[in-house]
Amino acid sequence: MSHKTWVFIEQFKSTLAQPSLEALGEARRLAAGRGGGVTALLFGQDIEGLAPDVIAYGADEVLLADDATLAEFRAEPYASLLSKLAQERQPDVILAGATTRGRDVLGIAAVDLGTGALADVTELKLVGDQIVATRPVYAGKLLAEVVGERRPLLLSLRPRAFPRPEPDASRSGGIEKVTPALAEDAIAVKVTDYAVDEGRVSLADARIIVSGGRGVGGPEGFAPVRELAETLGAAMGASRAAVDAGWIPYAHQVGQTGKTVAPDLYIAAGISGAIQHQAGMRSAKTIVAINKDPEAPIFKLARYGIVGDLFKILPALTAEFKKRLGQ
Amino acid sequence: MHVVVCVKQTPDSAAKMSVDNGKVTWGDSGLVVNPWDEYAIEEAIRLKEKHGGKATAISMGPESAKEALKTCLAMGCDEAVLISDPALKGSDALATSYVLAKAIEKLGDVGMVLFGKQAIDGDTGLVPVAVARRLNWSPLTYTIKIAELDPGTKIIKAERLLEQGKQIVTATLPAVVGTVKDINEPRYPSFMGIRKAAKAVINTWSAADLGLDASQIGAAGSPTHWPRVFPLPARAGSVELIDGTPEEIAAKLADKLLADKVI
Repeated sequence: MSHKTWVFIEQFKSTLAQPSLEALGEARRLAAGRGGGVTALLFGQDIEGLAPDVIAYGADEVLLADDATLAEFRAEPYASLLSKLAQERQPDVILAGATTRGRDVLGIAAVDLGTGALADVTELKLVGDQIVATRPVYAGKLLAEVVGERRPLLLSLRPRAFPRPEPDASRSGGIEKVTPALAEDAIAVKVTDYAVDEGRVSLADARIIVSGGRGVGGPEGFAPVRELAETLGAAMGASRAAVDAGWIPYAHQVGQTGKTVAPDLYIAAGISGAIQHQAGMRSAKTIVAINKDPEAPIFKLARYGIVGDLFKILPALTAEFKKRLGQ
Repeated sequence: MHVVVCVKQTPDSAAKMSVDNGKVTWGDSGLVVNPWDEYAIEEAIRLKEKHGGKATAISMGPESAKEALKTCLAMGCDEAVLISDPALKGSDALATSYVLAKAIEKLGDVGMVLFGKQAIDGDTGLVPVAVARRLNWSPLTYTIKIAELDPGTKIIKAERLLEQGKQIVTATLPAVVGTVKDINEPRYPSFMGIRKAAKAVINTWSAADLGLDASQIGAAGSPTHWPRVFPLPARAGSVELIDGTPEEIAAKLADKLLADKVI
């Protein structure tokens, strides 16, 4: 039997989402191990120009739906089209990024197709012909190997858990146009506006995150955190204590009731490292902890530790990196 | 308007989880209402207070989950129903969405169902949107604000927190609303509420009460399984402390991070 691997591609305002590229890379590895090609599902409006990029990143074929009903992401029309195509063409596996959009699309498709969805996968391996996924459970405190017995198997991949492939412009592939499954009057949800956070680095995609916690002492205490983040091109994070105190918006919260992140470098300033915070950041490759209290649990996770005053250390780091990075 | 909030009982968020003979354990830490669900409970109570009607909490789980439902009652929900049956054990997200959708249908006159973003045990976040699909109701996941709601015209305007910012949408009721933290600040149960909840009788619905199809529930009716759960690998190495003046520390750390190629 054929092993067709599909990838749901996310784009936002005609930019391909990082987790979708990572999913394309993983799809190529599955296809190399099991045979069968990689098909990308690219939905939106005026996005035909993205198809060659999707092929360069690993697709053999693109199913392209370009329509006004798909201009803004909405779970119903996107998932309905994905489900309809999957019913017609019977893929073996469908991958997506474990983003808000990816989770919604696969959650609906699981119901439509009567199949299983494995969410937030951090590792995939083939055991014979069987796909075994590893994913964090219990807020990242444990790991589970999970399997799905029905087909297609739906998998959402945690952002930054898989490497982003290098684009290969010499790759070629077919582009097939498909039509939407739902007409506008069959879609209950209408998008009226979008308030984009301009210039902010998304936590999920960030290579570097600089976070502040209770130790920053107040909203103005985030200024040195922000300056270091801007110098490093990093996203700015925060602990729950800082968010609950109203010093910084919730969108910045890292941890159990915030975002789970996996940057290359995580700099925690004034964060003690409660178990709930660790749940959100412990898969960072390198952790730097800056804290006054040498007993703070964050030092147990950290590669490098600085016991000291963040208001002295952070500006010194900003100045040093400005020099090193030639700014 | 009849508002329903779906809650799950989970180990305390501060619990240290471990695996003992393949079984997940959490020492003597207690069971709590899933922390994400507190925001959904609060929102359900606020909607009832603003628009009238009633708020019902439902939970699928073992008998112990009645404690989680009592917390909902103590906070201000009017009624609570436990869905409990040995046949439901091992249900995954797909099976759970089937059971909850059947329970919501049985309640009959529901205008909105609220969920927390995800449960801190299974952590899939799939159930709210799957329930919306099964009921064929408007799916409003990741909602950070219900900006407007008119039970008369059945129009809801909501703000959803996505990766790049807020998406503002309108939809029609009935709707399934998945909440995120920041939609509100959950209240603590009042003393009177706790007393009332302690005396409350919580009805239990079985698989038969809901007329469930046995092939769609429990481990046997679930397409996904967890054959193995294991602890996280320990982080390699221990912390290297860097000292000196702030300038010396900055220079040493910059050397190390650049050498490690993480910057």
